[in-house]
Amino acid sequence: MISPIHPATAQGRGMLRRTQDADVEAVERGLLSTLLVVSACSGGGDKKAADPNAKVTLSYGVWDANQKPVMESLAAEFTKTHPNITVEVQLTPWADYWTKLKAAATGGAAPDVFWMNGPNFQLYASNKVIGPMPGEADLSVYPKPLTDLYTFEGKPYGLPKDMDTVAVWYNKTLFDAKKLPYPKDDWTWADFQDAAAKLSDPAKGIYGTAAQLGSFQEYQYDTIAQAGGYVISPDGKKSGYSDPKTIAGLKFWTDLIEKKSSPDLKAMTDTTPIQLFEAGKIAMYWGGSWNVSEFSANSYTKGKVDVAPLPRDELQATVIHGVANVVSTKTAHPDQAWEFVRYLGSKDAAEILGQKGPIPAYNGTQTAWVKAHPELKLQTFMDAVNYAVPFPVSKNTAAWNEAELTYLTKAWTGEVPTDRAATDLAQAMDAMLAKE
Amino acid sequence: MTVTMTPRRDSTQNKASAADTGGGRRGRGRLKEALWGYAFIAPTGLGIGIFYLWPVLQTAYFSLTEWGAFGGHTWTGLDNYRRLGSDPEVGRALVNTLTYTGLGLLSIPLAIGFAVLLNRKGMRFVGLYRTLFFLPVVTMPVAIAMVWRWLYNGDYGLINYLLSLVGIDGPNWVADPATALYALVVVGVWSSVGYNLIIFLAGLQAIPKEYYEAAAIDGASPLSQFFHVTLPLLSPTAFFVSVVSVIGSLQLFDLVYVMAGSGAGARANPAFPRLETVVQLFYDRAFVTNDRGYAAAIVMMLLLLIVVLTAVQFRFQKRWVHYA
Repeated sequence: MISPIHPATAQGRGMLRRTQDADVEAVERGLLSTLLVVSACSGGGDKKAADPNAKVTLSYGVWDANQKPVMESLAAEFTKTHPNITVEVQLTPWADYWTKLKAAATGGAAPDVFWMNGPNFQLYASNKVIGPMPGEADLSVYPKPLTDLYTFEGKPYGLPKDMDTVAVWYNKTLFDAKKLPYPKDDWTWADFQDAAAKLSDPAKGIYGTAAQLGSFQEYQYDTIAQAGGYVISPDGKKSGYSDPKTIAGLKFWTDLIEKKSSPDLKAMTDTTPIQLFEAGKIAMYWGGSWNVSEFSANSYTKGKVDVAPLPRDELQATVIHGVANVVSTKTAHPDQAWEFVRYLGSKDAAEILGQKGPIPAYNGTQTAWVKAHPELKLQTFMDAVNYAVPFPVSKNTAAWNEAELTYLTKAWTGEVPTDRAATDLAQAMDAMLAKE
Repeated sequence: MTVTMTPRRDSTQNKASAADTGGGRRGRGRLKEALWGYAFIAPTGLGIGIFYLWPVLQTAYFSLTEWGAFGGHTWTGLDNYRRLGSDPEVGRALVNTLTYTGLGLLSIPLAIGFAVLLNRKGMRFVGLYRTLFFLPVVTMPVAIAMVWRWLYNGDYGLINYLLSLVGIDGPNWVADPATALYALVVVGVWSSVGYNLIIFLAGLQAIPKEYYEAAAIDGASPLSQFFHVTLPLLSPTAFFVSVVSVIGSLQLFDLVYVMAGSGAGARANPAFPRLETVVQLFYDRAFVTNDRGYAAAIVMMLLLLIVVLTAVQFRFQKRWVHYA
């Protein structure tokens, strides 16, 4: 079966994986929306921005159907205090979101305010599709790796809306069956590997974990950071894949496959790790905070799973990511648009968001989210913020994201030793970064 | 003078104009007819112009430029084409696409075989069989791909389950480089047999019965009737089907896109190097890695390939196509 794009997970989920999950029709729709954009351009353009009391309607582009209602209630709250501004929430499903937005932005008709993610941010900022935030903003109320993610050339380009961190989801039933103690909060790579080996029973098709390739946010980026390595240098000019520590972070996974503590890549291509986990074939699944709704609703995992922090190596680390609200440089109402973004980044908005959405980015407003599922140790995801590292990005992240898959697949199948695949990848990635 | 001159001139003019009028009327009529003709084809012509010719010209132009992610391009001349030559991925995609196209032609003999069977007199449930064969044609390719992906699943698929009953441990069909391309060809052939079959049925029914009667009188067996009457008279249909199938196979995208994995994530499939097609590569360059000028060059290469392979087929049709 095709790995489904669970609407429930469509929020901050492994940005990488979702960059790759596009719809077949995206091409056609992209072309179609270009045409629509062209026809839309000739329409609008009311230049009454000078009048502060003029009635203004802002368009707000989002991609998660699950979050549309909460976004609409936030828009309604905003209109209460700003009666002249109404906000129209425009939903584009994830599969088409970036294709359509790119076409719309090319035609100068992007929504006034829209959701941005890490891998796409610098592409939009460097091409001046979105602009830096005017005036002052107190960024200290958000986790620093998140505000850093949306900073370009020293200036913030938007305010973080929500966030997600990664932890280990484990199947208590499988642990009980092997009479193994549940993971401790201070466990190490060695503990994890040991547990994975004990939990595996390849003859029965049960494995300790699944060394997924394709969603780097939950797997490779985390272990690379834990080993003390890096994916891309802070100035965005050099790949870190030839660094021995980075390679150690990759070998963590390829060793697990080699030792049969994880299914091989072919099996994980046919049945995705999340499907295996939800079928009780995987004991430990590295997943994000966005999996909460999925695992607490799934009839198999419900009541059988819990959360543990990621195991540590040289460091304790998890990749943090979150969505930000940004403003189009072509908007006819920049003042009103920024006013709305400031509201969305406020404590009031975060409290509404946390009740029925993802983890809000605003520090101290996350209690509601944690309390929503008392049966799960969701505090784990919040504690992870303290040692979180930023999501690695550059101007054209998508280009080297593709190279990561192309080169590392060979290491995952065992066709090429992991260190050689990584150094080859570093070379290819450096060439791409040089062109940015 | 003028008075006398006028009629004479008139008369000559009349004579000339009389001759002209005939021609003129015919000419005007022809012109009128032609104008009506153009008026009738104008919508289609306009459609082709706007949606086919103009994009082709634009793509040709873009293939000589380098594009920003949000429009704006710089002229780079033949750089993109030079890159095509040295890009191993392009070579790989070409080999895969051509292999797929070649193997896809298997659907022609299959379709002829089934068409002949379905065309037999007194056959029961013909309508049902035709529907069954045609069903894949009217089904969404993505739906087909998803169902087949499940059938092919290494651990939970129906195919491997059936194989396990006779003690065979089946592979991960679409994730194993050894089997992936063939697994895809099977789906491609399966889903195109129905379409080709309908065309062959029409071709079969256009063959006059007299030929078979004459052949029967001469004592030809059903088998030799098939080879000496049916096949030669079906060759124009086969030619058409072959041209259309080749063009279709060269543009293969959706099956690979869905069956190889999801989107660019397909690159995490170990069999991806054996599955990647030219259109898939074009899609990745244009919409994933923001390398649009290069994508335009890739797709121009595909256009050239289609033109060449179609021209070759037209050139060789004299050897085997018999127009009755």
